[in-house]
Amino acid sequence: MTTPVLLRVRNLKTYFVTEQGKGTARAVDDVSFDLYSGETLGIVGESGCGKTVTSLSILRLVPEPPGHVLPGSLIEFEGRNLLALSAPELRAVRGNQIAMIFQEPMTSLNPVFTIGDQIAEAGIIHQHLSRGAARARAIEMLRLVGIPDPDERVDHYPHQLSGGMRQRVMIAMALVCHPKVLIADEPTTALDVTIQAQILELLDRLQHELGMAVLLITHDLGVVAGHADRVVVMYAGRIVETAPTDALFERPTHPYTEGLLAAVPRIDTPRARLHAIPGQVPAATAWPSGCRFHPRCPYAWDKCVSQEPPLLEVGDQASHTARCWLVTEPGRRVPQR
Amino acid sequence: MTLGTWLALFVALVVAAEAVRALRHRGLRQERWRRFFRHRTTSWGLGILAFLVIVALAAPLIAPFDPDRQIDILHLTNHPPSGTFLLGTDFLSRDLWSRVVYGARVSLGIGALGALMAVSLGTLVGALAGYYQRWVDAVLMRGVDVGLALPRIFILLMAVALWDGLPFPALVIAIGLTSWFGTSRLVRAEVLSLRQRDFVVAARALGADTGRVIFRHVLPNAAAPIIVSAALGVGNVLLLEASLSFLGIGIKPPGASWGNMIADGATSIYTAPWSTLFPGLAISLVVMSLNAVADGVRNALDPREEPA
Repeated sequence: MTTPVLLRVRNLKTYFVTEQGKGTARAVDDVSFDLYSGETLGIVGESGCGKTVTSLSILRLVPEPPGHVLPGSLIEFEGRNLLALSAPELRAVRGNQIAMIFQEPMTSLNPVFTIGDQIAEAGIIHQHLSRGAARARAIEMLRLVGIPDPDERVDHYPHQLSGGMRQRVMIAMALVCHPKVLIADEPTTALDVTIQAQILELLDRLQHELGMAVLLITHDLGVVAGHADRVVVMYAGRIVETAPTDALFERPTHPYTEGLLAAVPRIDTPRARLHAIPGQVPAATAWPSGCRFHPRCPYAWDKCVSQEPPLLEVGDQASHTARCWLVTEPGRRVPQR
Repeated sequence: MTLGTWLALFVALVVAAEAVRALRHRGLRQERWRRFFRHRTTSWGLGILAFLVIVALAAPLIAPFDPDRQIDILHLTNHPPSGTFLLGTDFLSRDLWSRVVYGARVSLGIGALGALMAVSLGTLVGALAGYYQRWVDAVLMRGVDVGLALPRIFILLMAVALWDGLPFPALVIAIGLTSWFGTSRLVRAEVLSLRQRDFVVAARALGADTGRVIFRHVLPNAAAPIIVSAALGVGNVLLLEASLSFLGIGIKPPGASWGNMIADGATSIYTAPWSTLFPGLAISLVVMSLNAVADGVRNALDPREEPA
């Protein structure tokens, strides 16, 4: 691929100091990935795997205290380390070059302002639009995200809109300044399935029209399958597998990815019960030794308990890596329990 | 009461009622104003406040006597309400109605300015403490603890001792500076919970700076308790002024304020109850009206429907 790297994340560590000295929650622990311009990168994992903290860390929105991004982490956007920017420099990036949409459209809009005011806000902050121009821009954005009667809707308050409409408004807010990167943190989780599909299609369309890169964070592999170019699978604060979307679905290598795929309901294979990965994500204050997935892994052996595997290349493809000893010993892919 | 003063009073009433009616009529076209006038009590409160403000402004037209003049110290002390003396006279034979009218200037002025100052200060301190947390919060809130622990009367007595009698602006400042502690705690608590809300994080993700986040996203959502505390604050300031006057360190006699009228009348409360009753009623009327208006403002600022 010759497209330039837009956002380079290296060795990102975001820890939270817990109360009463219970220790440090290593929510994101040494995560590295690249986002190329124009592509959609999916980040997948269960709740508590560090997906959201990763995305918040990029814009330095992690609440401090208790959280902090450790020195040595690098988040490079167009050659500048976001972690080293001053507050005003950072504000000039937020909402302008990197924008974000959140999981809960119900609570992510300010209840006391009209949606027009809120959509225009980024334009007022970054482009110093006049009142009239801001309003015109808000109407234009509402039209772009497919809200009917934008001239009228612009004066409505968030509580007058449905969940799907509010998520469209959130998208409109994020895209006012035509950012180069859009971070979408579970943009469809709070919505019902048909609205989900509409919102994802909208994101796809806007991505092509505006030529931006999307970091799509989700726990839903179905969403990733249809909309991401590449996928990063996270477990317990670590990346466990990265691959182009097709490769991941054809050849899931990490047992965690395998488990996630088996847990997706499929229309083409009849199955009585859905597969579930046994157990839960462990607490971030005490990740397991060795491979962090070993307590839940059907293939785990002694080596997995004592040594954590690095990200290993799967086959001869540099673009497909998995953090699993099975890559070196494929013969052991036999369920132990 | 002469025909002229009755006429002036009538005009004041009509102007107040008409102003509220016009505002209501015009407002019905706008969502925010419609919510403001949702309850009839808001219109009444607004009308009463408008009336009192007009009365205070037009005091020379509406008061039949000089408020400080002792009309007939031998025969007309503690005269009950009558046609000539609408609300009666006090123990120095001064016309109570004229004193209530002129006292409105002083009392409403102190109440409005003192409460405005107190609420602004309290909101600012509370917002800073709640938003920045950590040492800012610790320092400011320990200061507030000290402020709440010190008896306010004591501080004001000290101020009086230092300046040898307080002129009106100094009194307002003294009251404002000693009345903001409760508000700051209230605002801090609101800000603490609001700053974690998704829309505040979303605003920061859009590149909003701290000032914008606090003043556009956090404080407007805390408007309801702030406004209610302001409305209650005016009542408190009126009462504080009354107690200061009672101690002889408020508005200096013979100047009339509702507070020192109550203090003056207290000695003859059994023989001439009207001399305390009417200024007391005036204070109550203002406090109730303010509460009604505060409810309206709260409805206007909160676009969500009222729970049924």
